[in-house]
Amino acid sequence: MNAFMPAAAVQQQFDDAPQQKEAAVLGMWAFIATEVLFFGVLFAAYVTCRWRFPLAFVEGSSQLDFPMGTAETAILLTSGCLSAIALRQIQLNKARQSAVLLLVTSLLGVAFLVLHGMEYHDEFKEGLIPGIRYLETGPSAHEMELFFSLYYVTTGFHSLHVLIGVVLLLIMALRTWRGAFCAQYHTPIEITGLYWSLVDVVWIFVYPAFYLVGNAG
Amino acid sequence: MNATATTADIESMGSGYLVEGGRTLWSWLGTRDHKRIAILYTIAITTFFFMGGAAATLIRLTLIHPDGRLLSAETYNKTFTFHGVVMVWFFLIPSIPSTLGNFLLPLMIGARDMAFPRLNLFSWYLYMIGGLFTVAALVFGGVDTGWTFYTPFSTMFSNTNVILVVVGVFVVGFSTILTGMNLIVTTHMMRAPGMHWYRLPLFVWAMYATSVVMMLATPVLAMTLALIGLERLAGVGIFDPALGGDPILFQHFFWFYSHPAVYIMILPAMGVASELICNGVRRRIFGYKFMAWSMFGIAFIGFLVWGHHMFVAGQSMYAGIVFSILSFAVAVPSAIKVFNWLTTLYKGDIHFHAPMIYALGFVGLFTLGGMTGLFLAAVALDVNLTDTYFVVAHFHYIMVGGSVMAYLGGIHYWWPKATGRMYSENIARWAAILMFVGFNLTFFPQYILGYEGMPRRYHQYLPQFQELNLISSIGALILAVSYLMPLFYLGHSLFRGEPAGPNPWRATGLEWTVASPPPEHNFHETPVVTSDPYDYRD
Repeated sequence: MNAFMPAAAVQQQFDDAPQQKEAAVLGMWAFIATEVLFFGVLFAAYVTCRWRFPLAFVEGSSQLDFPMGTAETAILLTSGCLSAIALRQIQLNKARQSAVLLLVTSLLGVAFLVLHGMEYHDEFKEGLIPGIRYLETGPSAHEMELFFSLYYVTTGFHSLHVLIGVVLLLIMALRTWRGAFCAQYHTPIEITGLYWSLVDVVWIFVYPAFYLVGNAG
Repeated sequence: MNATATTADIESMGSGYLVEGGRTLWSWLGTRDHKRIAILYTIAITTFFFMGGAAATLIRLTLIHPDGRLLSAETYNKTFTFHGVVMVWFFLIPSIPSTLGNFLLPLMIGARDMAFPRLNLFSWYLYMIGGLFTVAALVFGGVDTGWTFYTPFSTMFSNTNVILVVVGVFVVGFSTILTGMNLIVTTHMMRAPGMHWYRLPLFVWAMYATSVVMMLATPVLAMTLALIGLERLAGVGIFDPALGGDPILFQHFFWFYSHPAVYIMILPAMGVASELICNGVRRRIFGYKFMAWSMFGIAFIGFLVWGHHMFVAGQSMYAGIVFSILSFAVAVPSAIKVFNWLTTLYKGDIHFHAPMIYALGFVGLFTLGGMTGLFLAAVALDVNLTDTYFVVAHFHYIMVGGSVMAYLGGIHYWWPKATGRMYSENIARWAAILMFVGFNLTFFPQYILGYEGMPRRYHQYLPQFQELNLISSIGALILAVSYLMPLFYLGHSLFRGEPAGPNPWRATGLEWTVASPPPEHNFHETPVVTSDPYDYRD
């Protein structure tokens, strides 16, 4: 195992390893800032639409699979916790444990995607997908379409981010297992963890906005 | 001339980064060198500039006659859409940051490269992929929505290749975001010892402020365009009134991006102008800190003024008043900049070399464009002027008169640094003057046309507007010539130009301490900065 920072890992444009690490971390934070604005559009759309059709949003929300959404939340938050522990383990030079934790984190991400896929499948059967199969009839069926549109776009983009995160985490797990990282050098794990936290945080806003609204009272 | 310069002189004979990274095509297309990536960008955006310019020429030729004989209404719509899309996203936004910014920022702060060289190259490929989609849309029949993609026309009624263009702009948006991220991290992390924030050249401050806007505004556009695409493909109705959606919401999102996008275009131009003016008058900039922070002021207030594009779109009167006042507020930091440039010039010994002529042209045209912006920020006046040629003239004064003048000034000023060759100064001066004349001839009549009520985006007009339109078209022809001229004399200089030496303008700044063209990793030894910028002593 590498007990020291491999010299080749400092790219020529940097003076030393700390500078390289700080640059990478700052870059990821900057990227997260852009992601906030990216999802911000959808949340802004959510606010204006819900302000116009509050009841349709409540009714639409009650059609979503609340237990499933809760399970997904639990899975994603657990995975976020594990990715943080994985970072701690590599800081303590426990590469094997860190690799296993990263693997479990990514598998939880896969579980999230599977559950969400099942949810989409059920919603398709129930006819809740505007433009593809929409069978709602009730008085506010028309306005609920807007709720479901926003739900699919928001969770769709979020799932895309989860998918990217899963791939990144798998790569990190593999590289960690092979001994690419150590206590002195583990920047890629750290910035992947930052990205994974963004995925978590977005979901923390998605979950109440879409799943809890219809189950509040 | 001191000893370092002599060594640098000898070095430049080897042609620096132009040959050091290899001479094969792949050594360019796979390069991580920020200077080579800047050259790749320059070639690409120049191509797009002339494509957009060709569309502009067609527009002006059509408008010579009130009947609009040259292009049919439909083709005319597609032509101005192509002109707008290409000029905004494939020329103006990447113009200064991706070319001059990419080339100069690491040199100016004393770094060996950008913080993320691979990401930098990746941005260029994203730019090219986005460009391919946009050109494909043109080849397959064009798009007629205008560069603004207003809903519901773009989502429900247009039968053209909206999706292709939307994908193209979406992709190029990520190129912009990644470039901004790279510039910010580089400025934070890679400064040479002694290069504190208040020793940075104003160009670097401009790049930083621009990058912030790029990173925070562009994702909003990306998601908004994604929603347009999804509405066309899958019937997602967020902007569709039939589904309970709101087309005005689209305008809010679009201008939340597109107004700050104007500052993505003008802030880098302000940075370039500051460098050029200090060199041309051989003085320190007047009010350095005000110059630096006013750019952040513009960037910040720029995020709060988008509603002034929507005074007639049915927003509430109170929103209109607030947006109007905030729009007026942008004039304060802008005016600080203009006054400080003028004070820097005041009673100075001005050298009228080509870059300086461009810079002075920039200050004049930017001032005029900015002042007419105040007309448009006033709600009562804007109701009359919305969607007239007055608006067209206003934003062309900022984007073409401001940004393009500064961009070309910068290209001339740093040309010897990038290529190691001097161009013909006399022809360059004439081109700069011709550009100023041609520009005013093209666009000043459009202020009058707009004030008299000629609407924009029509291929026909009332006969009483013909004279002014004719003047405008003649101006456009002169402008076209002045844009083509640098292609020839700058191209010529590549082969026949005099060797420039490391510092042909006797300028301050770290980029002038290395050979022209600079070596592959910029500095053999990390420089140590001991003085403030613009330390001109004669």
